[in-house]
Amino acid sequence: MEDQLVTAVENVVNSRAIGYDQKVRRLAALADNVLPYPALSPAAREALDARVICDMFEGDRPFTPRYVLPDYAKALRQGVKYLELEAPCDLDDALSFLTILYSQVPSVTTYPVYLGDLDALLEPYVGDELSDEQLDAKLRRWWIQLDRLLPDAFVHANIGPHDGRVIRSIFRVERSVRQVVPNLTLKVSPETPDDLIEDAVRTVFVTGKPHFVNHPMMVADHGTEYAVVSCYNSLKTRGGAHSLVRLNLKRAVERHPGGLDSFCDDALPHWVELTAELGEARIRALVEDAGFFESNFLSTEGLIERERFSLMFGIFGLAECVNELMVHEGHVDARYGHDPRANDAAHRIVGRISELVKQRPLPYCGGGGGFAYLHSQSGIDLDLDTTAGTRIPIGDEPGMLEHIEVVAPIHELFPAGISDIFHVEETVQRNPRAMVDVIRGALAAGMRDFTFNLDSNEFIRITGYLVRKSDLIDVETHGARHSSDYLAATAEINHTVTTRAIKRVIAAELSPIG
Amino acid sequence: MTTSAAVAGLVTDIIEFSVVDGPGNRFVVFLQGCNFDCLACHNPYTITPCIDCGICLDACATGALSMVSDRVVWNESLCTGTDACIAACPYDSTPKARPQAVAELMTRIRRTAGFISGVTVSGGEATQQAGFVHALFTAVKAEFPGLTCFVDSNGAADVAVWDGLDDVMDAAMIDLKCLDDEVHVRLTGKSNAQVLATIELLAARGKLHEVRLLLMAGLNDSDELLAETGRWLAAIDPAMRIKVIGYRAHGVRPSAVPLVEPTAAQREHYADVLRAEGRFDLQVI
Repeated sequence: MEDQLVTAVENVVNSRAIGYDQKVRRLAALADNVLPYPALSPAAREALDARVICDMFEGDRPFTPRYVLPDYAKALRQGVKYLELEAPCDLDDALSFLTILYSQVPSVTTYPVYLGDLDALLEPYVGDELSDEQLDAKLRRWWIQLDRLLPDAFVHANIGPHDGRVIRSIFRVERSVRQVVPNLTLKVSPETPDDLIEDAVRTVFVTGKPHFVNHPMMVADHGTEYAVVSCYNSLKTRGGAHSLVRLNLKRAVERHPGGLDSFCDDALPHWVELTAELGEARIRALVEDAGFFESNFLSTEGLIERERFSLMFGIFGLAECVNELMVHEGHVDARYGHDPRANDAAHRIVGRISELVKQRPLPYCGGGGGFAYLHSQSGIDLDLDTTAGTRIPIGDEPGMLEHIEVVAPIHELFPAGISDIFHVEETVQRNPRAMVDVIRGALAAGMRDFTFNLDSNEFIRITGYLVRKSDLIDVETHGARHSSDYLAATAEINHTVTTRAIKRVIAAELSPIG
Repeated sequence: MTTSAAVAGLVTDIIEFSVVDGPGNRFVVFLQGCNFDCLACHNPYTITPCIDCGICLDACATGALSMVSDRVVWNESLCTGTDACIAACPYDSTPKARPQAVAELMTRIRRTAGFISGVTVSGGEATQQAGFVHALFTAVKAEFPGLTCFVDSNGAADVAVWDGLDDVMDAAMIDLKCLDDEVHVRLTGKSNAQVLATIELLAARGKLHEVRLLLMAGLNDSDELLAETGRWLAAIDPAMRIKVIGYRAHGVRPSAVPLVEPTAAQREHYADVLRAEGRFDLQVI
């Protein structure tokens, strides 16, 4: 163990491929892992070691919540005592205020995963005396600052569902600067104008952003104060997620010789309980031992409330799980995404997990009414031969309409987020309204999130975050400025997603010692 | 008397989501049979209805084609989509086109309705089955008043056809193969008189969505011809929506007349020549 640690530290210290900041962050993660893991039952420990259940390599002893969503509107109204910041009076002050505040927002990546609902936050500071050109110039400067100060594609801003000058300016700036940061989600409601969605679609053509989310569905789950952060994680604002634990359904089925019925009746209750136990141990370590909520200024100044946090309960590898169960059932050719029997099995498994999660009380999970939020976890770089979340495997997706029909029914069961990515031919660039039709249809059909990529885009979505192809070149030798680019580099190598290349950083969350 | 839901059309193919057949995302029905015989036709197998000769049966490696009561029958579940049958057909046809009733198509449109701006009929030449098109559009309008109904046509249809469709057709997209009738005859086998009349008629009715110009290098792309075409179109509507499409050889039959793809620079030049004649809403493809 000690030798391993020394080797790991040596590797970080002597690496030519990661920069100073990234080295500091990696070293901190290594130190964190020196502490003993929160106490687990032997069954949970065994499942964790075998990676049937997983802690996302967050670090063995959590001292900060994984995802923190500060109430930025409240901060702008009341100022921040800890940072000696008065409530700002104009746009320049507001941008400066937020930039400073971002530097103090903790998260598992060490960068803020949520920058706020920026159009709603900034619109009050934009008066008639400011022209669109002036507004664009200010936001453009700020956008560049955000990308360089917070070089991580999990840094996420929300916009919509209403039209306004700031949201339009953000789209123009996005199309002009073509950056990875920030990741972007547009909240879409039936009242969101077609023309605004079309502006967003045109932005996707250039940058691969934003995602489109089902605002009414989110409001039904979380209330109006919610946001989408990191990649596809929907949580309450002024709240967040203590941690993310996940269940590998592929591994679970590998230990299950029986059919679908016994998997749902016997195997799932067992694994859901072990996953919840892991989550509970991590929550207690964070809240009771590390005392995050007692000491952090966001908490003491009311910008977050512990009662609005919960645990994210992730699942992944549904496709492999279902296909294997179909073999156990004697339906050798029935594949998820293509065969009604497999699709029905998938819906049943997800429904069962949702039911079990809602029956397992957890401490300090007021955000979820005392329970974890279910999340379709879209993967990390170490996942081999296992499909992200509840997606249909890459390359095996049916036509778009059928694809939507297969996945839409389960989206409502994932309050903490779910994603399916659609690849669209570049001819659609001449007809962006066609994408507006598809997005409206997909959300009306019950999808929580709709994300699409152009086949030809310069930006590639890895699991949920973006990297620029040009940034993927030469990462191994020259290093990368964005932490997420390193993840992408490994994800690329592990999944052969495309011929994607890299540059710029590291993420502590993903890399176990040794 | 049959009800309109029972009216059947000879359908070559269906695309549930199309982004290139009119405004927004569209459900497209391709109808078999065309009154033109264009040198540059991209899907020549849609020109002639199947005559049940059975030549294609031998070309099918998976047994998806069979002869039943002197008719060629295509079994979709056995088909692997190699299109060997189409390659073997000497008559510019396909055994896969089959009669489909309005009610049958409506089942599929219903499934798609939430995701589209409307329905487009294309071909082949859709107006050759105008009765069916009318019945289909009537059914679409009755059930989904928010959806638009478009026709993609070569324009060679009589006024009576357009009059008949008028109450249910929102707009049409018309191909103009060439303004010069002599060249038009060489390219399509037919005169352009009806095409020109169609463009004028639909524009006057506010039902001309766009005019498409398919241009082949050295055949119908001279500056003089394009300028004259621009002037003629501008006189009808100076803000007309025009799509300049550079010919592409994909799918086209071997031709005695050499057909040449224009370069990107040539396509841009076509657009410049046209723009000099009107403030068109112009797209180059």
